[in-house]
Amino acid sequence: MRLALGGRIDRAKKLSFTWNGAALTGFTGDTIASALLANGVKIVARSFKYHRPRGVFAAWVDEPNAVVDVRWGDQHDPNARATLVSLQDGMVVAGVNGYPSVAHDAAGALDLLHRFLPAGFYYKTFMTPSWHHYEPRIRAMAGLGRVGAAIETRAFETRNTRCDVLVIGGGPAGIAAARAARAAGASVLLVDDRAELGGSLLWDNATIDDGPALDWVATAIDGVRVLSRSTVFGAYDHGSFAVLEDRATAPTGWAEPRLWVVRAAQMVFATGAIERPLVFPDNDRPGIMSANAVLAYLRQYGVLPGRRVIVATNNDSAYATAIALRDAGAVVEIADARPDAPNIEGIRVRPASVPLATGGRGGLAWVDLGPCDGSRRERVPADLLAVSGGWSPAVHLFSQAGGALRWDDTLAAFLPDAAGRHVAGSVTGAWDLATCLAQGHRAGLDAAGRASDLAAPHAPASALTRPILPLWGLDLPGTRQWVDYQNDVTAKDVRLAASEGYRSVEHLKRYTTLGMATDQGKTSNVNGLAILADATGQDIAAVGTTKFRPPFTPVPLAAIAGLRAGALFAPLRHLPVHDDHVALGAEMRDYGGWARPACYRGIGETTAAAIKREATNARFRVGLFDGSSLGKIEVQGSDAAAFLNLMYYNEVANLRPGRLRYCLLLRETGVVYDDGVVARLAADRYLLSPSSSHTAGVLAMLELWHQTEYPTMQVAFHDVTAAWATFAVSGPKSREIVVALGGGADLSEQALPHMAMTETMLGAVPCRIARVSFTGERSYEISVPSGYAHALWRQLLDLGEASGIMPYGIESLSVLRAEKGYILIGTDTDGMTLPVDLGLEGPLRAKKIDFVGKRSLLTPDATRPDRRQLVGLLPADPAVVPVPGTHAVLRDGGGKRSLGWITTACRSPVLQRSVALGMIESGRARMGETIDLFHLGQFSRATIVAPCFYDPAGEKLHG
Amino acid sequence: MLALPCPHCGTRDEAEFQFGGEPAIRPPSAVTDTVWADYVYMRSNEKGPHRELWCHAGGCGQWFVLTRDTATHAVLP
Repeated sequence: MRLALGGRIDRAKKLSFTWNGAALTGFTGDTIASALLANGVKIVARSFKYHRPRGVFAAWVDEPNAVVDVRWGDQHDPNARATLVSLQDGMVVAGVNGYPSVAHDAAGALDLLHRFLPAGFYYKTFMTPSWHHYEPRIRAMAGLGRVGAAIETRAFETRNTRCDVLVIGGGPAGIAAARAARAAGASVLLVDDRAELGGSLLWDNATIDDGPALDWVATAIDGVRVLSRSTVFGAYDHGSFAVLEDRATAPTGWAEPRLWVVRAAQMVFATGAIERPLVFPDNDRPGIMSANAVLAYLRQYGVLPGRRVIVATNNDSAYATAIALRDAGAVVEIADARPDAPNIEGIRVRPASVPLATGGRGGLAWVDLGPCDGSRRERVPADLLAVSGGWSPAVHLFSQAGGALRWDDTLAAFLPDAAGRHVAGSVTGAWDLATCLAQGHRAGLDAAGRASDLAAPHAPASALTRPILPLWGLDLPGTRQWVDYQNDVTAKDVRLAASEGYRSVEHLKRYTTLGMATDQGKTSNVNGLAILADATGQDIAAVGTTKFRPPFTPVPLAAIAGLRAGALFAPLRHLPVHDDHVALGAEMRDYGGWARPACYRGIGETTAAAIKREATNARFRVGLFDGSSLGKIEVQGSDAAAFLNLMYYNEVANLRPGRLRYCLLLRETGVVYDDGVVARLAADRYLLSPSSSHTAGVLAMLELWHQTEYPTMQVAFHDVTAAWATFAVSGPKSREIVVALGGGADLSEQALPHMAMTETMLGAVPCRIARVSFTGERSYEISVPSGYAHALWRQLLDLGEASGIMPYGIESLSVLRAEKGYILIGTDTDGMTLPVDLGLEGPLRAKKIDFVGKRSLLTPDATRPDRRQLVGLLPADPAVVPVPGTHAVLRDGGGKRSLGWITTACRSPVLQRSVALGMIESGRARMGETIDLFHLGQFSRATIVAPCFYDPAGEKLHG
Repeated sequence: MLALPCPHCGTRDEAEFQFGGEPAIRPPSAVTDTVWADYVYMRSNEKGPHRELWCHAGGCGQWFVLTRDTATHAVLP
């Protein structure tokens, strides 16, 4: 119930929401969990496996139970954590994993079958006929919320930032650290996951520097950048951290969570601690809550979760809860597991007393209290049982960042080994405010690496400092004592796993699923491994903890993807005349990272018909192709010729200015990496044309060799791909169009033969015209600065209209080049293809210098006679186009052996039959042979021929 | 994400760099096939301090060698 006064909620701002259809109210400042508690809602969820009723247990990221379905406007979170979501007006909240509702769940009867569902039950009980027979129904019974069918279309934002000191945690220690680091002159980023800074100060009623602690907070963070409602969920290398900022209540209105990538020179871990539950029979009943959470609900939200309360504890921290409950008017008893108990006014304290059993329908009605061995018990009525099993420092991020942990027997906790790192507050096992403040101040100065004369904040020392009595469960046979609430793992499950040989904590985790739920075992981890230690006769220190990995709390994958989704996942580059292609009806596809026209389909035309039309037109009239994506790397310097000669397989130093040569670039393994035309522009200047998708790679390769192997050579490289647009005019009528273009260049066969180029002007526009062909027809590649691309494209289409010019796309070009046997790197070649396999042996014999990859071409493997070699294949059935990847096989009795495979195949419009290229073992020695092809169980036949099906003499290049 | 020291530009995020693997000294072509194959194919794959090539591809384009502990990612002097 809500108290009339108190809490940090805004009682002037009432909010309406629904819970499972019932209209309820809360206030601005509430979380969904605090509003549900204020309205007396006991059961908020059904457990994952047994469908047991569960209530709110905690008040922070450690909450294991209160996962709910939330709809608000058009937002839907099927697995919202009720303790972390700020209540909004109009929210529609519902329980998950319960039908028809979590309060009345038909599957609740499953709990009666629990003895058939022990740890690892899916390996044991459901094995006949097989697990897969049962799995779908079991999966449907288990689980959390139901994901909506809608695909995530929201745009999540990512930001990067850096700072001198990152302080993780906005409790007293973190604020003291940020304050000190700032005073020492550091740029400080303080990240805290709550709506309001202060951490435990929000419910401790503490005093700092002789005034209210929260007043101190307001002044302490002056000059500090603060990210509130933001969770550091991952610590990564070299001081980088991932932060998720919740912006549901941003001042500008609702917004998607935002991912921050923070790079910090130093960081202070002030991540706090998480209260552990006590492990005792039926400790999962609604109405059993973390003692500290009860205090937080009382002081932060003005909610009294029960009027008749038992506080069960093994340490001093829960006494503050008991006293606060008493002051709020509740009837309070303390059951302290320790033998001695202090006198607290108005509260009965039972020493050496623990909960032995709990009962009640739909909530809590009574608790049996007595000594640990259960030798005596007294039934005490109660509607709330606040428990504290001690504290586990929140070492998750510290450990992720590489920090070592050590078990401390006195504090019964894993503590961070602070050597070389900055940690402060309860994460170090310090429970006393004065100590936390002092540690924070010290850590802030240390992280800043500079001194400051700022005085450390001070607070009164804590009154209660008796040591904890570790208590990891009760030895009461036949009882069910819960360790992991969210995944329904009991102490018995842990002991069963241990007895079945799962002695490693990592194995225990995977076998029992302890700590594998969405809360990642924040409340269960230490209790579970302590029970494992007991069951296996080991020390807790020897058992250790499971590895802490990101994320600390669940993160939407869409937030990690950010804007790198959909079309922006791997953005395609656009050609300078992209819009012209689209206007012409081009089908744009991804070719090597560029959006390029596949073909230009007319209305009602099929892709195959368009390819045939475009290819035929280029063969017999004239076609226009956009080659702008082809790489252009300028190489300049007095050693340009000598350097490129060391890089390329082919001789390039003897190339005359104005001449072009088709060249291969190899890896040091001898494997063909790229092919392309090398043009010599001048004695000291070359222009390379790598494949569209290899331009960056070729440039990096040239830089690597220049910088590491030949650093004294005078040569420089520049990628000018985007600076120039290139259009190929190809076909028997190409020359007349280029002549009509004007520009005054001598286009005669003597002045500009095949594999030559000239530089000229088209009016005031510089222009390069190169005679180079990938179709086998006479071709002119015309390049102008990209800004003039549209004008040139339009002009070529206009000038060519009378000649029947048609644009052709990549798919049509692919047919034209296949007819000519021109290879495509990566299609016809692979990671084993050497130049000799392509029939290009000349340079290896002629070129004396030690070019890249040369030595590898001289090894026994490179000179084997039975290497796969490029050949042409004519399928026996000219109507059938074999699928690339089809194997050529040698049939040997019942078996068959692969001789290689088809790399390219198409229907040739000019030959009116299917043709193919392939890499076939000893292919050149098999000319004229007919071989078997095999694909998906089907045999066919093909004849091996030279890899050129059309105009083998190359007369049309000059025609 | 690593923070790597470019000799020209200073420390930058890993995203700006291209990894070049373990540097190998190119032997003269007169060596045996075995020596050549070692150079082309064999890498030490160290756990611990490891010399490796990086290129500040998203920046100045400089290739450089740095020593990194492959177990801790610490960049070593």
